[in-house]
Amino acid sequence: MTTLTANRGLRGNALTRRQLISRSFAASAGMIIGAGFIAAPDAAWAYEATTLKPETMATLVRMARDIYPHDRIADEFYVIAVKGYDTAEAAPGVEAGIAALNAAAQGAGHADYLSIGWEDDRVALLRGMENSAFFQQIRGGLVTGLYNQKAVWPIFGYEGESFSQGGYLHRGFDDISWL
Amino acid sequence: MVAKFELDDDSVVLIIGTGSGGGVLANELAQKGVKVVSLEAGGRYMPEDYINDEWDSFAQLAWTDTRTTSGDWRVAKDFSGLPAWIVKAVGGTSIHWAGASLRFQEHEWKPRTNYGHVTGANLLDWPIDGAEMAPWYEKAETKLGVTRTGDRPGLPGNNNYKVLEKGAKALGYKEVHTGRMAINSVDYDDRLACQQTGFCFQGCKWGAKWSSAYTDIPKGEATGNLEVRDRCHALKIEHDDKGRVTGVLYADKDGNHHFQKARVVCVAGNSIESPRILLNSASSMFPDGLANSSGQVGRNYLRHVTGSVYGVFEKPVKMWRGTTMAGIVQDEARLDPSRGFVGGYELETLALGIPFMAAFLDPGGWGRSFTSAMDGYENMAGMWIVGEDMPQETNRITLSATAVDQFGLPAPNVHFDDHPNDIAMRNHAYARGEAIYRAAGATRTLPTPPYPSTHNLGTNRMSENPRDGVVNKHGQSHDIPNLFISDGSQFTSGAAENPTLTIVALAIRQAEFIAGELSKQNL
Ligand SMILES: Cc1cc2nc3c(=O)[nH]c(=O)nc-3n(C[C@H](O)[C@H](O)[C@H](O)COP(=O)(O)OP(=O)(O)OC[C@H]3O[C@@H](n4cnc5c(N)ncnc54)[C@H](O)[C@@H]3O)c2cc1C
Ligand code: SF4
Repeated sequence: MTTLTANRGLRGNALTRRQLISRSFAASAGMIIGAGFIAAPDAAWAYEATTLKPETMATLVRMARDIYPHDRIADEFYVIAVKGYDTAEAAPGVEAGIAALNAAAQGAGHADYLSIGWEDDRVALLRGMENSAFFQQIRGGLVTGLYNQKAVWPIFGYEGESFSQGGYLHRGFDDISWL
Repeated sequence: MVAKFELDDDSVVLIIGTGSGGGVLANELAQKGVKVVSLEAGGRYMPEDYINDEWDSFAQLAWTDTRTTSGDWRVAKDFSGLPAWIVKAVGGTSIHWAGASLRFQEHEWKPRTNYGHVTGANLLDWPIDGAEMAPWYEKAETKLGVTRTGDRPGLPGNNNYKVLEKGAKALGYKEVHTGRMAINSVDYDDRLACQQTGFCFQGCKWGAKWSSAYTDIPKGEATGNLEVRDRCHALKIEHDDKGRVTGVLYADKDGNHHFQKARVVCVAGNSIESPRILLNSASSMFPDGLANSSGQVGRNYLRHVTGSVYGVFEKPVKMWRGTTMAGIVQDEARLDPSRGFVGGYELETLALGIPFMAAFLDPGGWGRSFTSAMDGYENMAGMWIVGEDMPQETNRITLSATAVDQFGLPAPNVHFDDHPNDIAMRNHAYARGEAIYRAAGATRTLPTPPYPSTHNLGTNRMSENPRDGVVNKHGQSHDIPNLFISDGSQFTSGAAENPTLTIVALAIRQAEFIAGELSKQNL
């Protein structure tokens, strides 16, 4: 398994939630972090990190959500949006960036970024590093990484391609009824 | 039968670019029996090739050669390598365009006279006026099939339009309608009526919207007088020792260089590339670039005062359904300096999909303020501001001292600073746009900054006096009689209207002039 899988667990073996938790060493901020992987608490998806440390990956996913928080969008889509950084070329910069983020969290009296409970407190740290190349790289990448996923479009109501269905001429281009 | 001309055939008219200006000129000349070679940097894509997907379409069609930016405009910060959003393909930006087709208002042909002296602005009257242009506008409207002109009916209004209309009428605006659009409201010119698919910016897959890609270009080719060489990038215009241009050096798709001889050269590469080609063609006889004795080549870059306003409502609008530019409010296009600025602006509906909305709603923005707006996407209506900006000598295209393109030629730098008049107009338009949506019930309004330039104008401007501009009233360069400018770069001023109808009208008029001069042996 290289990418996200829907309850197919790691390396293709379907793992139950219990098995996942037994192999994990942290369950933090809504994600399970294990040796080489992160996963949803209900094991709906799991991502095996190839280069990044799993804690780094989990922190990156949380950072991504804090930059573009959509409460109706599941973590899975944020994982897809940032998994491109899990490569030999990108990983050193991301490890350094996340280390700096954790250092900032510690400077503010927290154990690390993931352990901060309120979004506002995490966002305050992000505001402090908003002009850094790392922050801008992650934010800029998310603009397409998150919003160009066809699977998230329906969450916004966006219908995407319409030509194959003959456009909206007979499918409600002028169906507004509340005006 | 598609023509094929020899490289050493010096009887041809060579046109650089096949967009709104170059594509129309090529067909009009070919219809008159003039032999034409068109060089087009991009490839050929037809309606079946267009993609109903914003980023995939961008990758297919957009001009993404190296460009740099400077100046205080926000685009230089947000999209520093992408000053303009235009197309590299046969058909040029007429594939992307939304189709709004408006004539200039009478007073806009003479901005220096009618606006007076505006500090910092390099205003100049056009050497032509509305009476001169009326018959050419009519030909252009017939060619493009513009709705609400001739006997062509208007388009039906989509949801986005209905919201605009409701708010605008509530505020007392009178000139509110579904626009004059180069989009078929009924079948016309062997093309279908609009199917309301949306995605007008990504190329109309039904061919309901006019684009030179599938109208003028194939019609010109059918005459046997037009050869279009796609994926052929013009590098340099050459001249003889009498100072007349002799042809164009270009690179084909494999990067091989060729020289096409020509009797006349017409430049229609859009307002960044056109001056760049002239500047990159500098020689010992013309050290500042071709046709540049006035020093105005590349200057007075215009991009319209733009910006968008989105409104979020309690209930769904689904603005992406149907024509992208589905309607207009024209009342603010008038000249009324009591508003605190000269010139006027139009308000036109606009819709973006989720991918482009994320990129353009508030570039660089993040956090809940941004994402809660995105969460309101389904309930959003959108409009775009297009108003007259002030020509400034310092807003200009120059050759970069450091950046080069894929051919090793200096890349263009696009410098733009907003003029105080531009800022006053934009702020006025934001306020009116927000008021319109509030009047229609919006719970939130979003004044959105300008996108990379879609209307690029003015960089080889028309002038009566050779001292003030680059070309005369026929688009013929003041300095070199067989060198013409055939795109929006010949605009002396921008007016409040979307430019393409005027580009097309000028191209039809120029074809008549060139054909006449050729037959009189003047060229
Ligand atoms: C999203 C969008 C929406 C728009 N909506 C409207 C609208 O509703 N109404 C309106 O009036 N206008 C609209 N416009 C603007 C309109 O598309 C342009 O003003 C118009 O197409 C410009 O025509 P042009 O001939 O100057 O350039 P283009 O149409 O851009 O054509 C220039 C051509 O020259 C080619 N070229 C450039 N350099 C070279 C070279 N060195 N060698 C060979 N070929 C070269 C390019 O590849 C291109 O094909 C819109 C534009 C965009 C991007
Ligand atoms: S909405 Fe109409 S004009 Fe626009 S792309 Fe669809 S069919 Fe073409």
